[in-house]
Amino acid sequence: MTEASTIAVGAEAGAPTGGQADEGRSLASDAWRQLKRNPIFWVSVTLIVLFIVMAAVPQLFTNVDPNAAVLKQARERPNANAWFGRDIQGYDIYARTIYGARASILVGVLTTLVTVVIGVTMGVLAGYYGGWLDSLVSRITDMFFAIPLLLGGILFMSTFPNDENSRYLVVVGKVVLVMAVFGWPSIARLMRSSVLQVKPNDYVQAARALGASPWRIIRSHVMPNALAPVIVVSTINLGVFITVEATLSFLGIGLTPPAVSWGVAISDALVALRTTPHILLFPSLFLSLAVLAFIMLGDAVRDAFDPKSR
Amino acid sequence: MAEAILTATDLVKHYPIKGGVLRRTVGHVKAVDGVSFELLKGETLGIVGESGCGKSTLGRLLMRLEEPTSGSVVFDGVDMYAQRGRAMRKLRRDIQIVFQDPYTSLNPRKTVGDIVGEPFDIHPDVVPKKGRRKAVQDLLDLVGLNPEHINRYPHQFSGGQRQRIGIARGIALNPKVLICDEPVSALDVSVQAQVVNLMEKLQDELGLSYIFIAHDLSVVRHISDRVGVMYLGKMAELGEEDDIYGRPTHPYTQALLSAVPVPDPTLRDKKEQIVLKGDVPSPANPPSGCRFHTRCWKAQDKCKTDIPLLEMRPDGVATHLSACHFAQPREIIETVDVSDQQDEVGNTV
Repeated sequence: MTEASTIAVGAEAGAPTGGQADEGRSLASDAWRQLKRNPIFWVSVTLIVLFIVMAAVPQLFTNVDPNAAVLKQARERPNANAWFGRDIQGYDIYARTIYGARASILVGVLTTLVTVVIGVTMGVLAGYYGGWLDSLVSRITDMFFAIPLLLGGILFMSTFPNDENSRYLVVVGKVVLVMAVFGWPSIARLMRSSVLQVKPNDYVQAARALGASPWRIIRSHVMPNALAPVIVVSTINLGVFITVEATLSFLGIGLTPPAVSWGVAISDALVALRTTPHILLFPSLFLSLAVLAFIMLGDAVRDAFDPKSR
Repeated sequence: MAEAILTATDLVKHYPIKGGVLRRTVGHVKAVDGVSFELLKGETLGIVGESGCGKSTLGRLLMRLEEPTSGSVVFDGVDMYAQRGRAMRKLRRDIQIVFQDPYTSLNPRKTVGDIVGEPFDIHPDVVPKKGRRKAVQDLLDLVGLNPEHINRYPHQFSGGQRQRIGIARGIALNPKVLICDEPVSALDVSVQAQVVNLMEKLQDELGLSYIFIAHDLSVVRHISDRVGVMYLGKMAELGEEDDIYGRPTHPYTQALLSAVPVPDPTLRDKKEQIVLKGDVPSPANPPSGCRFHTRCWKAQDKCKTDIPLLEMRPDGVATHLSACHFAQPREIIETVDVSDQQDEVGNTV
């Protein structure tokens, strides 16, 4: 019977997966194989690399000075000299959009990274260890939730305003700091609830029964199974951060001129939306593309690390 | 008689119930309340009882996945709850668990190779790094899975196959005791038989001792040498399989056994069914004296006040331990016919 059942079970499993049975595989290597075949992954990576290059060396894409205003040609429509036209100050929109990538990408990526690192750490601690640590983290997140992101940003930036002599990184750093401070609690909550869902699973208990250390359990069992919602939300948040930076800049307390960013450009364009919509179109197009690229990358990575989606 | 490998003495696990704004403890759920038994080398001890009687908590206590409120477990001469750190980790190699639900007991994001190989990662001295892949494939082979499926993920397997993976992980470190927490109750009947047979085969080959927790009396009877019946956190009756099934003395055991379906339609009519009144009382507020007295047809005043100890009863003709003041053997199942038939089937299987 045992013999027979063994054979039956072997047959039941169906056709073998293609090749490489002898090579040891792990989730990471399987995920990479999956990603390599995914066109969405390559599209998003290309876009992101493009934006990063744009942020790092804008001179490669244009030799027009983004701060050179030609008032005479203000509101010009796209033409051979100014590909994207000129805005109400007569700035070349193409050059401003290229140069704006730096601030926007920096703010978006840095803020997302900081919120994810802090939020995931806090969420895992609260969810996995529970008890007083959980109460503490939960109450702290409650406190931050009571203050809206924008209000917090206004309060902070008007308390510590920039002046003309502030260094670029300090200006950007302040914006990142204030948004990270008010942005991590939502990630922490999400991670906490996600960890609470994963923790009671028997495979976590099985690892404990085998004598695995808490760090090992968190690293190899809890985190991989709890991260998916955080990946989705944080890539969406990336776009939110870029737009909040724009709002702060619009209020005159975020990035201050001569710093340029997509957010600043969008705010400036709003006043002339009805007569010259192209001023709004190009920076918002770049912003949307950047956010879309990160969301697609997040989706592709999440799917690749979920064996069930293959 | 073989020597005991695991001895539990007066195991108690009370979960506090917190209430009010200040989260003060307002009571205790008495999940396990004074359970003692011995597990002998190479035997299978079945633990049966209905849902919520503390079977699974008992299993978790024996694994030290929970700290007991009081009581002790001596494993192979070592007091389990006194061990710390490295010593405890070493002890864990010898006592492993197979879980009930094969769908939550395997990490969905790990390959079978990683899952079965994890014990070797945690205890690297068991198998040298080079031999691990081979060791994992040997284990898969041993539990009746195709060793070539080492790179597959759990969702690519059926319930029965997943349970085999769980068993392979459980026996990877070559433990002395395997605690099986309802290992077949989530599987359909034909697959149950395969898994139970696999476990019997492994017991013969590896000399394992099993604690087999289940609510299916027929499965427990098939695999167990001795059986313990639990009710509301206490052991009601404990003895050899034949004694428990053939001469149950505790009214609760008798009622349980009377509910076992009889496959033979000619015998079915002869069987009497004992239908208990009411529900299982809350373990947060268990009845005084004998915990079964609220539902027992034999209950007297004594049962409400005196807690019956688990001892040889009734006096003189006792064959096994029972925790009833008025223990009387009573034949419930047509033991002769049924067990003979079962044995025949069992042998041909």
